[in-house]
Amino acid sequence: MNFIKAIVAAGLIAASTLPVRALDISGAGATFPYPIYAKWADSYKKETGNGLNYQSIGSGGGIKQIQAKTVTFGATDMPLKGEELEKGGLIQFPTVMGGVVAVVNLDGVAGGELVLDGATIAKIFQGEIKSWDDAAIKKLNPSAKLSAQAIVVVHRSDGSGTTFVFTDYLSKVSADWKSKVGANTAVEWPTGLGAKGNEGVANNVAQTKGSIGYVEYAYAKQNKLGFTKLINQAGKTVAPTVESFTAAAANANWEGTPGFGVILTNEPGDGSWPISSATFILIHKQPQDAAAATEALKFFAWAYAKGGPAAQELDYVPMPAKVVTAIQKVWAGQIKDSAGKPLFSASN
Amino acid sequence: MVDMAWDGQSVSARQDVKERARALDKLRTSDNVFRVLTRTAALFVLLILSGVIVALISGSLPALKEFGLDFIVSQSWNPVTEKFGALAPIYGTLVTSFVAMLIAVPFGLLIAMFLTELCPMWLRRPIGIAIELLAGIPSIIYGIWGLFVLAPFLQQYVQPGLISTFENVPGLSSLFAGPPYGIGVLTASLILAIMVLPFITSISRDVFDAVPPVLKEAAYGLGCSTWEVMRYVVLPYTRVGVIGGCMLGLGRALGETMAVTFVIGNAHKIAASLIAPGTTISATIANEFTEAVGDLYTSSLVALGLILFVITFIVLAIARYLLLRIERRIG
Repeated sequence: MNFIKAIVAAGLIAASTLPVRALDISGAGATFPYPIYAKWADSYKKETGNGLNYQSIGSGGGIKQIQAKTVTFGATDMPLKGEELEKGGLIQFPTVMGGVVAVVNLDGVAGGELVLDGATIAKIFQGEIKSWDDAAIKKLNPSAKLSAQAIVVVHRSDGSGTTFVFTDYLSKVSADWKSKVGANTAVEWPTGLGAKGNEGVANNVAQTKGSIGYVEYAYAKQNKLGFTKLINQAGKTVAPTVESFTAAAANANWEGTPGFGVILTNEPGDGSWPISSATFILIHKQPQDAAAATEALKFFAWAYAKGGPAAQELDYVPMPAKVVTAIQKVWAGQIKDSAGKPLFSASN
Repeated sequence: MVDMAWDGQSVSARQDVKERARALDKLRTSDNVFRVLTRTAALFVLLILSGVIVALISGSLPALKEFGLDFIVSQSWNPVTEKFGALAPIYGTLVTSFVAMLIAVPFGLLIAMFLTELCPMWLRRPIGIAIELLAGIPSIIYGIWGLFVLAPFLQQYVQPGLISTFENVPGLSSLFAGPPYGIGVLTASLILAIMVLPFITSISRDVFDAVPPVLKEAAYGLGCSTWEVMRYVVLPYTRVGVIGGCMLGLGRALGETMAVTFVIGNAHKIAASLIAPGTTISATIANEFTEAVGDLYTSSLVALGLILFVITFIVLAIARYLLLRIERRIG
């Protein structure tokens, strides 16, 4: 009797789940936006029943996976150039913005008290400034108690969009850095030790006296690390806040850059945080699985419309409305199925 | 063998000739099946191994074509300009393994000797089990422990002492130079030493135990001390097994990835100092594979894998050769 009941119950459960066949979108790439994508996906699933499977495998991995067409969308912190997008038949658009901060572990100097500028950071990461009482650091921090402690440089050991943003900034403010090291997701570091992931760098800095590293702002905040203020292009001292990240994005020429590939480092403006960045999504112009791509676009349209507060809670900056309109225009105009029919129209 | 087994039974029961032939056939078939099965399994190993070699070589061809011999002798590892050289990871792999063996071999042998000759019975089991547990701990745990416990300890208490002690000693001063990072080549070597210790100890203990008691008793009867028995009877008798255990440990040290990645500092640099950060082949691959963009970068990482394969092969070949020479001398 019980057995029959169980079968009937199982049948009922199966029947009840059948009509709402959930459509899961698959994506992979950058680790920096993972927390917000996960949060958005959670809310989105509750609202629509459609899930998102996002694997944070790193920006390089995201680019590779979308090129291999194993995912519906790829994610990267290093925007692809116009010709690369053209070659791969890809569309690129930014989702959220954030900031990279320099974090330090120094006795007698509280978080947010130390001020550095780009040229000094470049020299520290090149191994030319070796101790914390160097004249260049003292000049920027006349009142801080700096000892002769040796500087321990901590950088990423894995390839990373964060590294790209950081080294891109150093390349813009130091000609020496640009010619000797350059900007990429991984570079030939002149000095220091490598740690895996944002959390690896955060841990190493937290443990090592006299160390300096760079992480996404959220990791500095979560780990209560002492971040530094920076002197921006306008010569003003700024602290890393959602406002200063937003200020960096304000003057950016989004529409005029192919694939919205603006790199928000060393932006003009009195209040701009100099190491800001957007994170990007890559999607095929003519996707193999049109239904999945449509779902992905719906998800991001939903995120632009309703995901702002969640992003700000996690210290990300939502894209300005003007940029969102431009992005959706590109979706409607360029992403088509095999019959040439647009997958997205601004109305839905 | 088959006939003998049959004869035993034929004494008790008288069998038809036909039935006997059928039974023999059955045994022959089962023997054949058994032979084919074992041979297939053995040949399968060769097949897999050659598959790995072919895949590694074909994967690393682009890098080897681009850089040629430079790949092995160049220290540069620059993803921006796509100039790759394997010298720093090769150096790191060899140095960390060498230092680890330098620590682990004497230590492991001493523990094994204590366990077999000197240890009171009640203490043997706890120590033996503890050593086997050491071998069972996953390497990521060693990595985390190394990063959070060992490295800060070394940084605060050991490395400053090493630096100041050897500051004015020629030679050693450059071995222990630079700021105390905590993590680095020495820390990785220490972790590796702890990780390979159980291999060396367990195998040495087992072969020490296998020494015929009569040999030892005879030596003690002649008035030998424990040290002399170990040195002149047990060690020569078990040399082959001990070297085998050490080679197993060395194999693990050469290829160990996760624990090393955590504590070596991951810097593509060759530094004279043991406390400076460095990298190994496996750590480099683990760190950079997911993010390697471009064919040349990926291919260079595969080429690193090929080099590690070759290094391991050479080390094992040397070990075989040593064993062969010892056996020939004894035999």
